[in-house]
Amino acid sequence: MKIPYYPGCTLSTVAKGFDASARESAKVLGFEMEELKQWNCCGAAFPLTPDNLAGLAAPAKVLSNARRMGDSVVTLCSVCYNVLKRTNKVLRDDKEKRAVVLGFIEEDYDGGLSVVHFLEVLRDRIGFENIKKIAKRPLKGIKAGAYYGCMLLRPFEDMGIDRCEAPTIMEDFLSSLGAIPVDFPDKIECCGAHLSMGRTDVVEKLSGNVMRSAVEKGAELIVTSCPLCQHNLEKSQGAVFSKTPGYRTVPIVYFTQLLGLALGQDENELGFDKNLWDARPLLKERGV
Amino acid sequence: MNIKLENSSLKSPVVELIERISGELVSNCYQCGNCTGGCPVAYAMDIAPTQMIRMLQMGRVSEVLEAESQWICVSCLQCYSRCPKGVSAASLFEAVRQINLRSGRNHAEISGLAASFLKDAPQQALVCGFRKLVG
Repeated sequence: MKIPYYPGCTLSTVAKGFDASARESAKVLGFEMEELKQWNCCGAAFPLTPDNLAGLAAPAKVLSNARRMGDSVVTLCSVCYNVLKRTNKVLRDDKEKRAVVLGFIEEDYDGGLSVVHFLEVLRDRIGFENIKKIAKRPLKGIKAGAYYGCMLLRPFEDMGIDRCEAPTIMEDFLSSLGAIPVDFPDKIECCGAHLSMGRTDVVEKLSGNVMRSAVEKGAELIVTSCPLCQHNLEKSQGAVFSKTPGYRTVPIVYFTQLLGLALGQDENELGFDKNLWDARPLLKERGV
Repeated sequence: MNIKLENSSLKSPVVELIERISGELVSNCYQCGNCTGGCPVAYAMDIAPTQMIRMLQMGRVSEVLEAESQWICVSCLQCYSRCPKGVSAASLFEAVRQINLRSGRNHAEISGLAASFLKDAPQQALVCGFRKLVG
């Protein structure tokens, strides 16, 4: 099975471990992530301005390219998933807007593609139960906080990957790897997103809320599916540690890094060395 | 404080523009405050989401257009997600930003960004940030 794959800008640069661990894991699970032959940035934000369709041109171009390779496209980054899935809905349901956008980019596309997140492929096509059977190196009860953030979930009627206020897809995934998912109040709260460009005080506050919330509930590491969440949490953790008595720092990892690990990939090839807080000492301590 | 409400200000063309850009109707909001309650950045705003919508309902557009809040909203959509009336305060903030940005009033400059940020920031932070803060 081959699934057309859209990596997006950040997975080709600062989040290479996210990309590589997913591709390798897919092979073990019996499918291939076939990178789009041609792709461009999705725009990194779904335009909240229905009066201006220019922001839909870039993601529409990605979708029409993907359609040439199959009937679905998979993403890893939550933001890409959000932008492509919402754009696809507009192109599918609004004939007038579709005509304008596709005329502008000189493409022919009917919105027929299914935009899926890698987590959905694992849940719906492979099955978490099967992953549990295949995982040769279970995570031995490591307590993991599943951090969803915003873009994977909202708005619910467009994304629909899971329940908006109380999702469990990532917890169910972590359980299949042999980790113990830790529920924490701030798991669907924002990390501060693009405010890292100028308002690092706000990012530190928001990311700090998320990390404190997870660590207070016992998380030994925090799991994410968004490179911007990963960046904001990591960059804030030093300050959070120094300002929060009793706080202990935890690795902030991509869910595919843990998947790769459980499926038997070498822990030195999963990109843990690129994380500011290395997960490998914890793994060694727990005998994973 | 006396507030004088006049039809001309209540039907401000700027409010109509904000509604056209955002696709939202400010009259849909009945001021329950759920948006502000769920907003993770309301603490840092000078005008909370609920207040911003109320001001637009009252035609007080200049205060909204000048508010710092528009640059602090991260578009996380928690407001919309919890609004019983389906109003997206995030989209209204976006429209307010767009009015400023489309008039050439940028909120960020590339030359002003910290070198430490540019060195290892994810590309998506830059792309998203420039779309939100630069016209």
